[in-house]
Formats: sequence, C-alpha cells, structure tokens
Amino acid sequence: MRKLLLQGLLKAPLTEKGPDDAAVEALARELDAAARARLGRSLSIREVDAGSCNGCELEIHALGNAFYDLDRFGIRFVASPRHADVLLVTGPVAKNMAEALKRTYDATPGPKWVVAAGDCAINGGVFAGSYAVTDGAAAIIPVDLKIPGCPPTPVDLLTGLLALLKAGKG
Amino acid sequence: MVNLSDLFARNGTLCRPWPRVSVNEAEWTGLCTELAAGRLTLSALFGDRIQGDLGAVHMALLEEATGRLALASLPCPTGAFPSVARHHPPAARLERTIRDLFGLTPVGAPDLRPWLDHARWGVRAPLGAATPDAGAGEAYPVLPVEGEGLHQIPVGPVHAGIIEPGHFRFSAYGETVVRLEERLGYVHKGMESLMAGRAPEEAARIAGRHSGDATVAYALAFCRAVEAARGVAVPERAHALRGLMAELERLANHLGDIGAICNDAAFAIMLAHCGVLRERVLRASARAFGHRLMMDRVVPGGVAQDITAEAIAGMKALVAEVRRAFPALVRLYDETASLQDRTVSTGFTKPDYVRQFGAGGFVGRASGRGFDARRALPYPPYDRLPFEVPVRSDGDVNARVWVRIREVEESLGLIIRLLDTLPKGDITVPVPAGGGEGVALVESFRGDVFAFVALESDGRVRRAHLRDPSWFQWPLLETAIEGNIVADFPLCNKSFNCSYSGVDL
Repeated sequence: MRKLLLQGLLKAPLTEKGPDDAAVEALARELDAAARARLGRSLSIREVDAGSCNGCELEIHALGNAFYDLDRFGIRFVASPRHADVLLVTGPVAKNMAEALKRTYDATPGPKWVVAAGDCAINGGVFAGSYAVTDGAAAIIPVDLKIPGCPPTPVDLLTGLLALLKAGKG
Repeated sequence: MVNLSDLFARNGTLCRPWPRVSVNEAEWTGLCTELAAGRLTLSALFGDRIQGDLGAVHMALLEEATGRLALASLPCPTGAFPSVARHHPPAARLERTIRDLFGLTPVGAPDLRPWLDHARWGVRAPLGAATPDAGAGEAYPVLPVEGEGLHQIPVGPVHAGIIEPGHFRFSAYGETVVRLEERLGYVHKGMESLMAGRAPEEAARIAGRHSGDATVAYALAFCRAVEAARGVAVPERAHALRGLMAELERLANHLGDIGAICNDAAFAIMLAHCGVLRERVLRASARAFGHRLMMDRVVPGGVAQDITAEAIAGMKALVAEVRRAFPALVRLYDETASLQDRTVSTGFTKPDYVRQFGAGGFVGRASGRGFDARRALPYPPYDRLPFEVPVRSDGDVNARVWVRIREVEESLGLIIRLLDTLPKGDITVPVPAGGGEGVALVESFRGDVFAFVALESDGRVRRAHLRDPSWFQWPLLETAIEGNIVADFPLCNKSFNCSYSGVDL
C-alpha cells in the first residue's frame, strides 16, 4: 500500500482539463435567468434512476474517477434529496417509479433544478411509446436542463453540469 | 415420466439449435418434479400468445451434465397452468411475472402476489387480454415477520447511492438481519411489448438495453437467437470481434465491481485504482468500436464496426497496462487485514441453494457451481479458445471478489488471444427476412443470459424473451444476508451486483 500511495505522490495526476468552454457556454444559455441568480458556487446532486437500463448510472459513476474528478468543480452527489440542489434524473420514467420521483422532487428544498440525463429521460428514448413509461421526466416534474446521449459520456455530463454551475454564478 | 431425452426424441417445432416441444399438463408436472429432484436446471420460464389469443407457457430446461437444453411448451386454453414453483421454488417470481404480463394463472402456486405489476400501468395483463385499469397503485403485502423485539427497516426504491431503484424490507433483531424481502419491478419498461412487431435490427437495440452494463452480452444473445432462427452463419471475423467485445465488457465490469465492493467496506483506494483501470478499458473500447459501453455494436448478422490496426495496438497496450497495475491491487486486497475482516465469511451463500436455483456467474462459481455458458454450451469464438473457469466453494463476499479477480486475468488472456488470431474477412452477413424460432445462451459478466426469439414469416419479431442471470441470484441475496448485520448489506449486495433493469423487463 505504501508503494501505491508513494506512486500517487510522484506521478502526474490523471485528472484532465475540463470540457471546452464553447460547449459550456452554449448549454448555459439554455438555462432560466432565475437559476443564474440563485445558485451558488457549488452543486449538490441527488441522482434518481427512474427506469434506466443502468447505462447512465455507469457513466455518472465514472464522473467520480480520477480522470474526471467531479469534486474539483464543487459538484458532489448527496445521499438524500433533503441535501440536494439538483435532481439528476435518468430513465424514461417507468410508471412504477413515477410516484417515487415526484416524492423525491417534493422532498427537495427549493431553489431546485432538474436535469434530465440521457435520451430516455428527455423523451423516453428507445422505450418511448410503451404502456409502462411516461416518455420522459417532464411528464412528472419540471425539467430545467437536458443532457442527451445513450448514455451521455462523462464529458457530456460534466459539460451539462458545469453549464448549470456557470449559470448559477452569473 | 418425461425427461430431456424424451423431449429430444419428439418432433418439435422448428426451433434452433435446441428443440421446443409441446407437452400436456401431466408431462409438464413431470418435468417440474425432475427440476425439484435436481436432475434438470430451470433456465427460463415465460409466457406467450400463440395462434392468436391462445395463452401458452414455455419452460427452458438445462441438463448440466450433458450440456443439453430443450424447451417444453404448454398451451393454456383455460388461462391457467400447473404451478412450477409449487415443486421448484426458483420459478416463483417468473410465474408471478407471467401472471402480471399475460394474465395466465399458475394453479397451486405458493405465492400469488403481483411481482412486476404495481397497478400503475393503466392496463392489466398488457401482453395478454390488456384490460384497462385505473392505474392508481395498490398496497403490497410484505411477508409477515413475528417475534419479540423485531423491527423493520424499509429501504428504497430511491437509494442513497447512484444505483438502480428497488425496495428492501429488512426485519432485524438489533443489528442482525432476520429476514430480507426484496420488492422489485420499479424499472419495468415493457421491453417485451416494445420488441414485438419490430424488425430484428430495431429489436436488438432494445435487447441491448435490458441491462446497460451487459449490453454486449444481451445483444449477442438476441442476435444469436435471431441467426439460429434464420439459419444464418456469421463470418469468423464477426465471431472474434463479438468475443473481444464480450471480454472487454467482462473486464470493465469486474474491475468496477472489485473497486466498488472494497469501497463499500470503506477501503476507497481500491475504488480509485480500479476506477482508473475501468476507465482505460472503456476508452480503449470507444477507440476500437466507437462507444464506451459498445452499445448497438453487436447486430443481427455480425458486428456494426470493424477494428483498425491502430485500435488493436491500443487494445494490446491496455492489456499490458492492466497486467502491470492489477497484481499490486490484488496483493493490496489480499494483505489488508481490515478489508479481509469485512469480506471473509460475510454474506455466505449456500452451495445447495446455488445448485437448486441454477445461479450463474460469480455468485454460482463462488459457491461451487462451475457452470459457464462459454464452456458448458460452447459458442464461437470460445469453442476454439482455451480458458479457465475459476470455481471456489467458500461462498462469501471474499470468494465472489476472488472469482472476479481470476476472471479478469482470464479475460486479459482471451483478449490477447483473440487479437493475435483475428480472422480476416467480412464482419457481417445479411439476415434474410423470414420466420422461425431460435434460442441462445450467452455468458455475460454476471452469468448466463437466455434468449428466445420467434420471428413472423415477414421477418418481424413475434415474441422475444431475454432472461437475466439475476432472476436466480436476487432470491439468494435474501438468504446470504440472513444472520449478518444490517451494515454489511451494501457489501453483500455489491458482491452480488444483481441487475434491476434486467429482471424488471
């Protein structure tokens, strides 16, 4: 273990530069002006899987690895909606999850924002039209930002979340 | 009395490569007693509608000793069938699912509570009579637990971590878990209804999203069943590239799991280092096949994208890097007493249960069941490749970690071997439209995925069913946590890493 820790000290960090600014700007403009005024220099996110295939969760997990290191941007995932500024919703919203999603939203103190991550959360994705889904998060709770992809890559997710953060600073 | 040889001796419908035979109720029940006696393993049990509105149930049976598989089908003109779970408990949730989706009743079943149907869809028996319903939801009676000093802890469906939703009801005596009851179905998306009526190419995209972490294995199982139904021979290069993708998927998931299990024992440095290796695998996969998880890269007739010489070099560098970094992490795992204290003897899964449930993957192989579809019912490219199937008998969290460690090493070897022996030629062949039935069994990182596909004469999917390995692992998690402390549940759960989406359909 000592050797591993020592290597960590001696080697250059793996963490990479954040996503390029043009893409961030483009996303930031989509956001509501009210969000810009209210949000501070940090984001607490509660992730809610509302029926995803778990692909989105894998990439959201990857945000925490040494290459992306989400924490450096002041963004962190929290265990309870009570501690959250943002709900990060994945999945087409299975009808069996609709009430749990609504309750999680209601349990999140305002001001709060909802990010629909992945094609499913935006419009149902490949699951659109099924008897068992609502074709996206917007059918259940108001959505402020959409991050497309199937699944969105960690860079896509990071770009979207940074946009939310930048908008908050403005 | 009927057994598998009787099924093989009959002239079944044209189902390839294994037969599907119609049986009567007495024969159906006879097969159930074969399951109960342990002479056969239940591989799948699912509903269908044949010849218009006639309900039917299909049971896939595996004879492990001979590596043979056959399907028995029972038409249900009265809307009922003799319960399998009455004789063989592993069938219980599968039967409850058949009842929820098709409205067919298992007569004599020990548990008739709904499973996937939470009364939210606005329709009952969506794949059967499809009767309208208010969709207002209904209370779900959990099993009673009685005794002085017992308390219940409800957890979920929204959990504290970034994981899939499900409800766990713990009954605890102090810190000790007396009973865990799972309630799943929260991520039911109606995938089987979405696949029906589509062209195989479109249905493959939904098949590959049953469980995103096993997308390659799922797409492969579906495509192999379609190709079997149409009698299509896939080019050798496609077989090799499919194997390459499947092993990359196994590698990425095992590396992620090993790190995450240790993290659930509060040993974060393993997560950090394994997370780096996992990310390197995903990046090499993206460079080679254009998608980090390799979604939609396995298609009916072959693969969607060929590998370049540059990507092959990248893949070899990846294997070298993992081989360089991984042994130190394995030593760290093995030599850290505080970590071993958490994983050794925790979450013991009985070998008897693993055999009875036919549990595959690291859950089965850590408790003495050495079944691996790549070895037991070999399919290309594994029929020409040497590899070891690691098996242990200690059955605890530690054993499930070690099976993964050994499988990482095997996958690295397979990747190099596949790259060195990559056949030249096409990567896809056309699949001519037409009818037929096909079956496939493919080893995902988590265990064997079973696929049944029936095609209409115009080539569209009539019925597709994909059975996740977790159907036979989730119930064992309930047994593994018994007598452990509540705080060890995340550790046990992660060591199983069952799929929610895969079983919720």
